[in-house]
Amino acid sequence: MSILIKQGRVIDPANKRDGVFDLLIEKGKIVKIEENITDSAQTVIKAQGKIVSPGLVDMHVHLREPGREDKETVSSGTLAAAKGGVTSVLAMPNTEPAIDSESIVNLLASIIKKDAKVKAYISAAITKGRDGKKITDFKNLKKAGAIAVSDDGCSVDSKTIMLKALEEAKKEDILVICHCEDHSLSKKGVMNKGFFSTKLGLCGISKESEYKMVARDIELAKKTGARIHIAHVSCKESVEIIAKAKAKGIRVSAETAPHYFSLIDESVSGYDTNMKMNPPLRGVADCQAIKKGLADGAIDAIASDHAPHTINEKAIEFDRAAFGVVGLETELAVAITELIDTGMLTWLQLIAKMSLNPSRILNLNQGSLGINSPADVIVISPDKEWVVEEENIISQSKNSSFLGKKLKGLIDYTICQGKIVYQSQ
Amino acid sequence: MEKWTKKDLLGLEELSREEIEHVLSTAESFKEVSTREIKKVPALRGKTVVNLFYEPSTRTRVSFEVAAKRLSADVINVAIETSSVKKGETLTDTGKNIEALKADIIVVRHSSSGAPAMLAESLKANVVNAGDGWHEHPTQALLDMFTLKEKIGRIQGLKVSIVGDIAHSRVARSNIWGLTKLGALVTVCAPKVLIPEGIEQMGVRVTHDIDQALKDADAVNVLRMQFERDESAAFPKQLEYFKTFGITSQRLKKLKKNIIVMHPGPINRGIEISSEVADGENSVILEQVTNGIAVRMAALFLVSNSQQE
Repeated sequence: MSILIKQGRVIDPANKRDGVFDLLIEKGKIVKIEENITDSAQTVIKAQGKIVSPGLVDMHVHLREPGREDKETVSSGTLAAAKGGVTSVLAMPNTEPAIDSESIVNLLASIIKKDAKVKAYISAAITKGRDGKKITDFKNLKKAGAIAVSDDGCSVDSKTIMLKALEEAKKEDILVICHCEDHSLSKKGVMNKGFFSTKLGLCGISKESEYKMVARDIELAKKTGARIHIAHVSCKESVEIIAKAKAKGIRVSAETAPHYFSLIDESVSGYDTNMKMNPPLRGVADCQAIKKGLADGAIDAIASDHAPHTINEKAIEFDRAAFGVVGLETELAVAITELIDTGMLTWLQLIAKMSLNPSRILNLNQGSLGINSPADVIVISPDKEWVVEEENIISQSKNSSFLGKKLKGLIDYTICQGKIVYQSQ
Repeated sequence: MEKWTKKDLLGLEELSREEIEHVLSTAESFKEVSTREIKKVPALRGKTVVNLFYEPSTRTRVSFEVAAKRLSADVINVAIETSSVKKGETLTDTGKNIEALKADIIVVRHSSSGAPAMLAESLKANVVNAGDGWHEHPTQALLDMFTLKEKIGRIQGLKVSIVGDIAHSRVARSNIWGLTKLGALVTVCAPKVLIPEGIEQMGVRVTHDIDQALKDADAVNVLRMQFERDESAAFPKQLEYFKTFGITSQRLKKLKKNIIVMHPGPINRGIEISSEVADGENSVILEQVTNGIAVRMAALFLVSNSQQE
């Protein structure tokens, strides 16, 4: 199978390439990038006026399998990924049961092998049952195929246990992804604490509950030398703490999600449960700080935190509704609309945040259009506008924060390992 | 005001000054009904009002029931324990079932902020909010304003202090929206931990000094302290609260002026208010209860006869 992509604007941060080129794919690999390739190919994609970039690497995705196939499956989630231009996902371990043993890693790996439409990697849990008490067997989880550990959805509350986990992670050289939330502060909160929680009469989640835990985990990373990655950064103070830690040479990386640089807590007005996630949408200053953090490098990556929930868990009272929103199919368009169109990031920077950087954080050989790289390539219509509607979401769950919103940028082709896994109509 | 267009009464935030004044003047005309020998008008004859209460409440439920009956409506009370909600059907399903019984108006009290709005959106029946979470309790604020207007003759320019657990109070929020729209100057007074973030942006002044709050005020609205809520260690102790924030006759005497004392009830004697004040000449607490009927009659009547644009 060979694919020739003609005359697209190739954006390849790994090779610092931004220009109009032809790109030839053969046998799952990129074999040529030249100004004019005349070789014949089975499929020719005309890409004038389009962007050609490495496939996106989304390091924060809830595929929900095993256990919550009513929300999403490996099959439906990776199909949604393909539609969103994502060629690699990292599956989070808060499944039922949690991914906390070799046998469950093996089970998920076998489902992925059978059903996944794009590449799917596995993060295992830090503690058994993600209850923050007993550390899992990092060595054997890694051997079984897990590429990171995380108790995502919860922090490891006990500092002693987190310290032990990071010591172990350092020994086994495995990345620890930190969900930072001090539960004794966030408590029963359901949205950002501030004027809007006061106005709506909803229990607030303070920013302290996030950034104090970010600071704690960074302190422990410094102490142990372990590699940590801060998930879903939502507030200004967290960005500042991470920037300072990086300046001191501590091994920390960070991601944010599209909703944190595009929406604010005011959006909860009307009790829209598709605006409910954890951490919550913050204020205007936080939203700006996130954008700035992306621009100046404090935040390395953009990940969707794709969190599908059924309508039964969302079409209820706000305080009882599940936390989380889907994002695989909208993340690139939200980023183009909010970051490229506003001039916050260049295309090279944006594609780095969404492919090369997460790939490097996870030690994956991806996010590059270099010769002989795996042919994970996407073709984007950067100016095409579209409106997010339930009908055009192919994820099993429709809980998007962007329903009814007009976004810019649509995926035309997603090529994963040299195969076209998605093509727009 | 030409016509009432709101299908539901969900809160005072969404009402205009004119609409609030219209409810109050409608209530004025209904007040007389309760003084008649036959306390009934046929305004809602043939209509069915369902009181759907997810939180225990006696006084608000009874007040709505009396109001509906004085308008000749048929009234059904449905009490659902919040603890059974998890197992039971959703709020929307319950609402739709009640609507299928051809209920015309649903009066809902719920512990979740926003629940009445959710119900209103999915139903054709009129929905009246009888208190949702910490969000709003519009008829309580309307009856507070009705009472103030009756006592003083105006709301414009009045100084009203609201004292107590502002953070967890729907009564405070509805009063703030209503009073500020009608031109009153509102002060909220509580210990720091009970003042929610950003409340000043609702157009109120904040103080932690009760004597200051009383000194400036034409009226004080004393909120019920719910010590049973006590989730944080920061919550003040009962006796300490009474000493620092309790409304006592000593405090009122120092003012050398007349101040109206209101309370949404049920009162905690010796906690937020002394018995002497509660039963004293400044207190309008029982008049508030009487006025509650007129205000709720107005609310039910207006939503039932709403002409949606």
